[in-house]
Parts: sequence; structure tokens; C-alpha cells
Amino acid sequence: MSQSRFQPGERVSVIRRYPHHHHRAPDYIKGRTGVIERLCGIFGNPETLAHHGDGKPEQPLYPVRFDVQHLWGPRAEQPNDTIEVEIYEHWLEPAA
Amino acid sequence: MSEEPYRPHHDLAGLEAGPVDRVEHNPAHWEKQVDAMLTLLSDEKRGLLRVDELRRGIESLGPQAYDELSYYERWIESIRLIMVEKGVVSEAEIAERIDALSKATP
Repeated sequence: MSQSRFQPGERVSVIRRYPHHHHRAPDYIKGRTGVIERLCGIFGNPETLAHHGDGKPEQPLYPVRFDVQHLWGPRAEQPNDTIEVEIYEHWLEPAA
Repeated sequence: MSEEPYRPHHDLAGLEAGPVDRVEHNPAHWEKQVDAMLTLLSDEKRGLLRVDELRRGIESLGPQAYDELSYYERWIESIRLIMVEKGVVSEAEIAERIDALSKATP
């Protein structure tokens, strides 16, 4: 994959996918919606690199910004905070 | 690949964990050695260990070891696991070396 699918400012959702192999999308953002912050770069896929693979096809990596209230609800200590999580493109889909 | 919701043991973010320990810890000498070992094993010349493999090894330690081991103890257990898996060293060679070092150290 040589081109990135998403642009800064675009709303995306993290796919609800529960593989048992190594992956870099943490549970607390699965199914949640955020905003593409920027493109970090295009890197080997850690899911195959971790398991003797070659990391191909390479995956664009984006910091995605989430509102903490969307993630934690009333448990959010600072309701106006946001959090950026770096997510590989194959974990993202356009927000509904 | 399972689509049933599943949170692996190491995936802790958002769970109740009590107060954060904000005290600065000085790394012990052996911890610096573990850090150096990882740097050397993963450099361009050797290329024996990728950070993704290190993480996969840590995640495969099992819940009990994951909870009981310290940060660098998890690293060295994972390094050992991946190096044995790749045939760089054998468990027998590691055991021999540990045995020799324990005898040499009073």
C-alpha cells in the first residue's frame, strides 16, 4: 500500500476486531470514533512482523484523536481532554 | 481470527489500577544491560530481534508472569523466548551459562 486512504480531519471508526495475535489497537478504542490528526508515515505491519512475517503490505499509521468523554463517559477526570492514539490504517473505516 | 470480543491480559488501558506511582526510579545496572542487549540484538548488523517480536514475546508470558515480573524482567524473558525460538541460543546453553556464573559468584 503506497497511498494513504484517510486525510487529516476525517472522522474514522476503529474496527471491532479481536485477533489473538499481536496487534497495536488497544481494546478501549475498538468501535470508537475519532478524527485523523495527520499521517505519521507508512510502516511494516507489526501484526506480521511480530510473527516471523515481512510486514507487507505496509500500513499508513495515523494519530487519531478521541474525546475522553466518548471513551470514558462520566469516568473522564478532565472532560475536555482529548487523547491521540496511533492506529494503523487497516484498523480504521470511515465513520458512519 | 475471532470476532468475539476478547481483551488480552496485557491490554490494561481503562481498567481500574489505583493511584499512579510518580516516584522516579533509577534503573539498576542489570536493567541497563537488558536495554543494551536489546539495542545490540536489533541493530542493522545483527537484526535478530524486532520490537514487534519483543512485544509479542511479552504478551505471550501468561497472566501470572505478566503481573509478577517487573518491566525489564518482562523484556529479558521475552528476549530469551525469541532467541531460543530463532535458534540463536538454546535453553541448555542458557542453563549452562547460568550454572557457571552462579558458581563463579560467591
